[in-house]
Amino acid sequence: MSVLGGLLQEEPNVVTAGIGVLHESLLAQGAAAEPVAWRPPLEGTAGALTATMADRRRADANRAAVGRLLAASPHLVDVRPARDALQLRAGTFLHAGPPISLDRASGPLLGALTGAMLFERLAGDPDQARARLDAGRVTIEPCHHRAAVGPMAGVVSPSMWVAEIVDTVHGGTSYCPLNEGLGKVLRYGAYSPDVVDRLRWMSDVLGPALQAALRRHGPLDLKALIAQALQMGDELHNRNRAATSLLIRALVGDMVECGLPTKVVADTLRFLDGNDHFFLNLGMAAGKVASDAARDLPGSTMVVAMARNGTDFGIQTAGTGDRWFTGPAAIPEGLYLGGYGADDANRDIGDSAIMETAGLGGFALAAAPAIVRFVGGDVARALSITRTMYEITLGESTAYLIPILDFRGSPVGIDVTKVVRTGILPVIDTGIAGKVAGTGQVGAGLVSPPPEAFVSAIVALGEEADRQRSGQVGQGG
Amino acid sequence: MTSIVESRSGIYHDSVSLMQVSRRVSLVKGVEAALVAMATRLNLDLLTEMGFAVPDGARPDDLVVAVRAADEGSLADAKAELDRALVEVTTPRDGFAEHVPTRTMHSAARRLPATIGLISVPGPHAFVEALDALESGLNVMIFSDNVPVGQEVMLKDEARRRGLLVMGPDCGTARVRGVGLGFANAVESGPVGLVAASGSGAQQLCCLLDHAGVGVSHVLGVGGRDLSAEVAARSTFQALEALDADPATELIVLVSKTPDSAVAASLEAAVKTLSTPVVMALVGPGRPDLSEVATEVARLMGRARPVWFHLGASPEDVPRGGALWGLFVGGTLCQEARAIAMPLLGAVGTELPVQAASSSDGGGRSSGHLMVDFGDDRLTRGRPHPMIDPSLRIAALLQAGTDPGCAVVLLDVVLGYGAEPDPAAALAPAIRRARSIAAAGGRDLAVVVSLCGSTRDVQGYERQADELHHAGASVHLSNAEAARVAVSLAKGP
Repeated sequence: MSVLGGLLQEEPNVVTAGIGVLHESLLAQGAAAEPVAWRPPLEGTAGALTATMADRRRADANRAAVGRLLAASPHLVDVRPARDALQLRAGTFLHAGPPISLDRASGPLLGALTGAMLFERLAGDPDQARARLDAGRVTIEPCHHRAAVGPMAGVVSPSMWVAEIVDTVHGGTSYCPLNEGLGKVLRYGAYSPDVVDRLRWMSDVLGPALQAALRRHGPLDLKALIAQALQMGDELHNRNRAATSLLIRALVGDMVECGLPTKVVADTLRFLDGNDHFFLNLGMAAGKVASDAARDLPGSTMVVAMARNGTDFGIQTAGTGDRWFTGPAAIPEGLYLGGYGADDANRDIGDSAIMETAGLGGFALAAAPAIVRFVGGDVARALSITRTMYEITLGESTAYLIPILDFRGSPVGIDVTKVVRTGILPVIDTGIAGKVAGTGQVGAGLVSPPPEAFVSAIVALGEEADRQRSGQVGQGG
Repeated sequence: MTSIVESRSGIYHDSVSLMQVSRRVSLVKGVEAALVAMATRLNLDLLTEMGFAVPDGARPDDLVVAVRAADEGSLADAKAELDRALVEVTTPRDGFAEHVPTRTMHSAARRLPATIGLISVPGPHAFVEALDALESGLNVMIFSDNVPVGQEVMLKDEARRRGLLVMGPDCGTARVRGVGLGFANAVESGPVGLVAASGSGAQQLCCLLDHAGVGVSHVLGVGGRDLSAEVAARSTFQALEALDADPATELIVLVSKTPDSAVAASLEAAVKTLSTPVVMALVGPGRPDLSEVATEVARLMGRARPVWFHLGASPEDVPRGGALWGLFVGGTLCQEARAIAMPLLGAVGTELPVQAASSSDGGGRSSGHLMVDFGDDRLTRGRPHPMIDPSLRIAALLQAGTDPGCAVVLLDVVLGYGAEPDPAAALAPAIRRARSIAAAGGRDLAVVVSLCGSTRDVQGYERQADELHHAGASVHLSNAEAARVAVSLAKGP
């Protein structure tokens, strides 16, 4: 057995952090040395960071957290109305991001709620819908509080159909609405008649058709599908073309044979074919159920949710239960459609940052060179972003491998302590919604959470650690 | 014909990697069939088809290893190849992307298989990096000072749990397998291992031993507080055990400032259980000084009694009578000089006098004897160590020139890796200037330099000694000798 990790037996290779002269002295002696580009932690976090690092539960809790996130095995098991799946009552709507009151809600959220009220026939026209919203006649609640995730505005109403995803390893369940496609769609805050008509068709035709095909097919392994899609150029957030194609391939046989009218089968398949992003919602629910498997591990500093409501950006950690740590959501940097520009953009919105929470999206950008120009970058930047995300994560995916990084697993499990230490914020690649209700999508780009969310998370984790330590002392005395 | 079938849990590899591993194992001479795969239904069927028994209770996330070979020898070769191949599959990969800088100890340790993390970030941040280094499997050298003692104890307990060593905090020097870390002199390798709670003490011993023809195996620093009651020699015990087990080390020297008495007693007891002889170099009043220790170690190693290098004395080598100012960058060198001076001079202060507003006031002796350690925590907060940035001490040297009471200045200069590239370049002119200021006031300021270094140090030992001597200083390799010369000059006729 080697003494002190081979200190006196092996080559004295050294990792250095701090004074450059001491690093250069090692090189001058011909020793191998790797420098850490160290910098002070985010302002105001040093005390909480020390307390959190000193928490004796942290290392094991984080190992368990990232282990559960990686071990989760999400399967698509059913598609059914939100009313039944989420016990959603008439007049209650789910939305993306951390909790928010209607008076602080952004344009796209209000637009999507307006559209959802029209869809649910709770209002006859947009003005009536807005009046009822303003009068507080509806109840809104985060998707995350019902084990659900919704992209962009993330509005889910009782009559919408949702997909149900089960983690066959840990037994968790998650839900997502069905993706409407691009352009003028509810999730980007549009509520014109064609938006509402599409939603009706999705509930009347698409949902039941998918249900029939899926029930005939049996549970569909989403982890395997995502792993393949990643090697086909998707990063599963802004590019879902391969994943959507694979989904169609997996279901098409059962859809043909499950006894649906030919017209329904054809319309359903054409709709899926025409919507490259159909898989996004399923991927999000897969990320949600995997992240949820890591919840409630005291001492863990791993992020289990990142979500935005168009006003605030919120995160949750495995060690702090259901508390949200928030800061102002930023405006993404990216490319704009047609004549739109940054002035038209709403603040960052959507539960889709669950993809980055689970190690995909911006974290796997290196796997998706085909879309880097669409989000306003180049291939070198995409590689650099993924490489940088390893600096703030606890593990590497065993299933999601990135070919261009020589099949290195994608960076998984954002560690609040590492974000605070390095000042590196997660990179999320995302769509951009118009800030005026009813506009729809105006662009796509990259965005990061506000540092404030991580600062308040580390403060809370530090307080938890201190409480735990004083609790132990108390028990000991 | 012989075979093995086993399942291993907790290991996951993708199927392509495992196909490569299987192929490598099957190419080993004498191997008839081999399968290394995750225990999925499909792979277990394949195993059966290949004529292997399916291991009991194998789950899909277990790794199954099955090899059939002509004889035991081939089977052993196959297992060895398997282990190599599995290690290679898990070896960090980089792909084609450009490097991004590593930002934490953890990620740097992933890039370079290392045994040591060297941390010199500001003290309040050292704990976080050190803990990260330990969790990444690295021994840690904490060069930083101003680390709270509670954090030191926590880190050392964590290190012991992991079978690792924490050197520091405030660990100025270490040497592992010939590589110096922090401040370190280029000395020959040899049979003497040092455990050092004192950086400058360890450097002085290394240089004296080098001069005496005795080389050093390793220097394991433990930090200046390790032998305090609070830290209770946590790292010292580990370092002693490691050197005791090291075949290259024939004799251990434990160098420290005066330890806590209870800790010293437990150390004495522990030392007796070691198979390697241990010489104690505990600098302090009534103890042998480091030069005496080095002489004793040289004797034990069968070397001739060393004569320490020195170069001249101050031009007018006559006792002045007056205050002795010791201005040190090495804490233990300061303490050693103090232990030598106090019995002969009486009280020796630790702080510089508040500088007079102008040199015309006063006129009498403004101060008594003093020895200042510029490397002390209090003086390094928010600024580099004085071995790197000499400005504070040079200011003090000029103050000695103006202070009418000061008759003798004693300075230590430490050469080696990490230290200033040319200390004499700044110090020699300052010595000249201090002496000329004093001369203008009718005083002959004597300057004595303790020059700690080896002949192979990058700064050039002889050149540094010459330049300091030409500036009017006497130069001594032995700090104790320098202190005695300075004391005799200050004592007066």
